[in-house]
Amino acid sequence: MPDIRYDGQTYPLRDGQSVLECLTEHGASVPFACRSGVCQTCLMRAEAGHPPEASQKGLKPALKARNYFLACICNPEESLSVSLPSHEIARTPATIVGMELLNAEIMHVSLQSHEQIEYRAGQFINLYQGKHLARSYSLASLPTEDPHIHIHVRRVPEGKVSNWVHDALRPGDTVDIQGPSGDCFYLPGSPEQGLLLIGTGSGLAPLYGIVRDALAQGHTGPIRLFHGSRSRNGLYLTDQLRELTRIHSNFEYTPCLSGGHAPKGFASGRAHQVALNEVSNLTGWRVFLCGHPEMVKAAQKKAFLAGASMKDIACDAFTSSTTPS
Amino acid sequence: MSQSLFEKLGGEAAVDAAVDIFYRKVLSDDRIAHFFEGVDMAAQAAKQKAFLTMAFGGPHHYSGLDMRKGHAHLVKNGLNDSHFDAVMENLAATMQELNVPEELIAEAAAIAESTRNDVLGR
Repeated sequence: MPDIRYDGQTYPLRDGQSVLECLTEHGASVPFACRSGVCQTCLMRAEAGHPPEASQKGLKPALKARNYFLACICNPEESLSVSLPSHEIARTPATIVGMELLNAEIMHVSLQSHEQIEYRAGQFINLYQGKHLARSYSLASLPTEDPHIHIHVRRVPEGKVSNWVHDALRPGDTVDIQGPSGDCFYLPGSPEQGLLLIGTGSGLAPLYGIVRDALAQGHTGPIRLFHGSRSRNGLYLTDQLRELTRIHSNFEYTPCLSGGHAPKGFASGRAHQVALNEVSNLTGWRVFLCGHPEMVKAAQKKAFLAGASMKDIACDAFTSSTTPS
Repeated sequence: MSQSLFEKLGGEAAVDAAVDIFYRKVLSDDRIAHFFEGVDMAAQAAKQKAFLTMAFGGPHHYSGLDMRKGHAHLVKNGLNDSHFDAVMENLAATMQELNVPEELIAEAAAIAESTRNDVLGR
């Protein structure tokens, strides 16, 4: 008889009982609503054990790959350790091995984790300043190509952690990190699919990783990256990205400037508007949106209306201390 | 043994095909799009799927009270018959786009119609 382990307790699963039924029967409080495997309120993650495929119905491929499942329709044959999606996981120390300014406000930080972390480019880690203060930073590195973990930290006005990273942290220092989390990453299986990637500010970090991941895995379909900022000072990695377009004929990079006149080689306008004007039919495409929450929200809607399926639009909104709640 | 409406329509595969089409129509419909402003799209798409499953005669656990509670805040903001009608139109148009026979569209419409009073809090 399989067990369900949740929140430090172990519950026996009765024959024919779903994970949700088992947990609620024993008084464990987990959210749910339709109890039919449709509304996804009962989304949980299997930290150990594999949920049956039938219990992952309707989930985005990225969530399936990370063992998320719907508790109300989960009838596992093996024991599972489960948690709610926001469950805290253990922290690991990591040493700063390199720091480099990519532009006036964005710092590239290379970290050597003391314990091996399995991640995919585009996911994120939480970086801790001291015991309680953490911020999420997306992973720009490719585990198969980069020996260290790379993040891009944008200096945020009055940002506690970002200013500490820029002004106090030094190579050789050790920090605690936690993760990876997030479902904004490349999934192989559709090598000819169109990939649209739109980012603002340090949203380029996950996208840079995802682009290189797709190319490394032999993606042949069109890969179109649009990175936007008000002015040229906000852009970065422009040379490296242009070099990638020279090597890979299916990769196109468009830097976008929203603040006014755009010189040759740059598009004028907001990144998501430029992107959706150029790629107006997104049927069958996979879309990655990273950066300013307003851009991500607006672009998600536009991408959907342009034909992309909801499950094919991966969103990573970068909130900061200046983001209105 | 005759098939249920849900089976005749094509079951869950039919709902999956319909959700994106239906949701796109709703978001592009100026009469009702404003009710969806600021809403989390992925969460809302899941609810649209649950609604279509119900309208297609499929398995669901929504009660009249759920529909009432779920729409109460919208009723406060002016949700009325004209908006319900707009949703019904989009539902029919979605099914026409998927080449569903008229009699089956009528059956699904009747199921959706039966929720009017609960949705509008009457």
